[in-house]
Amino acid sequence: MSAPLTLKELNKDIPDRLASGHRLCAGCAEGIIARQILMGTDKDVIVSCSTGCFEVSTTIFPYTSWNVPMIHTAFGNGAAGCAGVETAYRSLKRQGKIDKDIKFVNFAGDGATYDIGLQALSGAMERGHDMLFVCLNNEAYMNTGIQSSSATAKGASTTTSWNGAVAYGKKEASKDVTAIMVAHNIPYVAQVAPHNWKDLVGKARKAFECGGPSFINALSPCPRGWRFDSKDTISISKLAVETCVWPLFEVVDGEYALSSESQRIADGKVEKKPITDWIDAQGRFKHLKDERWSNIVEEIQADVDKRWNKLLKLCSL
Amino acid sequence: MSSKVGTDIAINGDGAVALAWKQINPDVVAAYPITPQTIIVEDFSKYVANGEVDTEFIDVESEHSALTLCSTSSSAGARTFTATASQGLAYMWEMLPITAAMRVPVMMAVANRTVSGPININNDHGDVMSARDTGWLSIFAENVQEAYDMSIIGPRIAEHHEVQLPILVNLDGFILTHAIERMTPLDTQHVRDFVGEFKPLYPLLDTDHPVTHNLMDGPLFYFPHKYQMVVAMNKALDVAREVFAEFAKISGREYHMVEEYRCDDADYIAIVLGSSFGTMKQAVDNLRDEGMKVGVAMPRVYRPWPADEIAALCKGKKAVIVMDRHLSIGAYGPMFPEVCASIAVNGKMPEMYNFIYGLGGADTMVSDFMSVYKTVEAGKANTINYLGVKE
Repeated sequence: MSAPLTLKELNKDIPDRLASGHRLCAGCAEGIIARQILMGTDKDVIVSCSTGCFEVSTTIFPYTSWNVPMIHTAFGNGAAGCAGVETAYRSLKRQGKIDKDIKFVNFAGDGATYDIGLQALSGAMERGHDMLFVCLNNEAYMNTGIQSSSATAKGASTTTSWNGAVAYGKKEASKDVTAIMVAHNIPYVAQVAPHNWKDLVGKARKAFECGGPSFINALSPCPRGWRFDSKDTISISKLAVETCVWPLFEVVDGEYALSSESQRIADGKVEKKPITDWIDAQGRFKHLKDERWSNIVEEIQADVDKRWNKLLKLCSL
Repeated sequence: MSSKVGTDIAINGDGAVALAWKQINPDVVAAYPITPQTIIVEDFSKYVANGEVDTEFIDVESEHSALTLCSTSSSAGARTFTATASQGLAYMWEMLPITAAMRVPVMMAVANRTVSGPININNDHGDVMSARDTGWLSIFAENVQEAYDMSIIGPRIAEHHEVQLPILVNLDGFILTHAIERMTPLDTQHVRDFVGEFKPLYPLLDTDHPVTHNLMDGPLFYFPHKYQMVVAMNKALDVAREVFAEFAKISGREYHMVEEYRCDDADYIAIVLGSSFGTMKQAVDNLRDEGMKVGVAMPRVYRPWPADEIAALCKGKKAVIVMDRHLSIGAYGPMFPEVCASIAVNGKMPEMYNFIYGLGGADTMVSDFMSVYKTVEAGKANTINYLGVKE
């Protein structure tokens, strides 16, 4: 699967690995992302999941949405769980007890990636397991009721970082876990967003075939937590890239490269949209429209600009 | 055909466990090596480095990941072992009930050690007792030979298709892990024949038959699933008895659900776990020389709890002394209520005494154990006593 990806090819070859009838919320991006990721390989694939929205919505006993083998253990250890299956595979294959070519992927929310799962993720990446770790990044602990995580954006109102008489929501900007993964010197790291299926599936394909550990950070707009209409998931995803809040790029063997719309913004072919477009589209930032938090909006814009400029430098090096 | 038993060797408890693992040749071993089980994985990784086993050996970044990796590896269809102790077992705790509920027969050697705090690295049973309600099978070794034997017996009980539960193989930290003793190993081929091939029931790696492992249970299914584990534990009682009998045939060493020493005609018996069983046997011998009718017993299998054997053992005794090397602060030692309950539901109660001893590696000598029986006989014991602690 190394030829350029076509829509025709996707329609023809790829089995549906995540069945319909799961219990994700209407408008949730996670099912869309997972299905696109799983289109990235035509080989047998085994799915592992960290505890979270995605796992509980697809595996409520006695039902399962999975047409492929799927395993879950706990919240903070999806990477170790996936690594265990991959290790068993390596052992049995080396001993001649298995002859198939199997791929391994773990899906985790941002809490299970940025916070409690970071240690297990770091360990698995360092050890070089041949597995893809996908962060379904909806920027908070949505499964348990929109609590703040270290992926939550500055200024967002969550149930543990409320806006109020003296507070503008979350005080800290999100942690850059994508960069932390790059620092592990693994063969493939990328950021994706679900509106750009071609970019997403293409990157998933590269991740599966990179021959070692890979990491994809997927922005996953959440109608419940971000307070937008369920029908707007894809347009919100697009807006994240257009405002450079969520640039699309990949890092292959340490080499940064922008992709798709983000490359076009960098080339000056498309204008970078202001952060106010992003803030105005979502209820979680509604309070920031108040005059008294205008400095916070400026700080958020300054932070987005700083990160974008840093990324441009990394991509031009 | 080679002899079933090998030539005697001098080896410590950790080395003995590693040797058993080498002979079994598991598919995957993952561990976060810390004192005092370190030697197990050090020795084993040497076997890996020398190509003496087929095992994928993974040095993980934490015990939480170690047990996670072992659970999913076993779910995938690989025979998988690990080892830990103390804080390591505590750090694994979240994965203990999950591993058991996944019904994967992971084997874990536990070099029993106290848990912080205050920090203390020595032997007691604080680690494994904190894991006792998690659905793992749990068996104890008295000496280095038994640490080796239990490592070979363990997988047979755990992997039985009507059991399918993970197993803790306990050996006292430092007392057994680091003590060099004389041991008679088995011939490797006989070990392999005895343990047999691992036959996983629904391996994840069988991609032609996709299954979802460890789903979410609502209230309708959680309790029934737990009950299935109870059924499996009950079955393990029978399986353990059968496996012990089979092991006796290849080794000449007989093991029982509850090991007894001079209990038959004893008026006073003590019940103890692990290496202290040996020390107490000496105390019993000394007291018998003095004319006291005393005995001592060790539950070889702690989970499933051999309630019937314990009840039969205690029947007609003047007093039963339960020696606990751990303490449920504010209640009793963990084994005391279990022994009381086993007797109470089966017959008339003898006098019951609980002695807490040896926490944090506090030395407990033959003379200390002799004083236990004498205190009880003299009518000076409380229901709960703290051996060697001045109140």
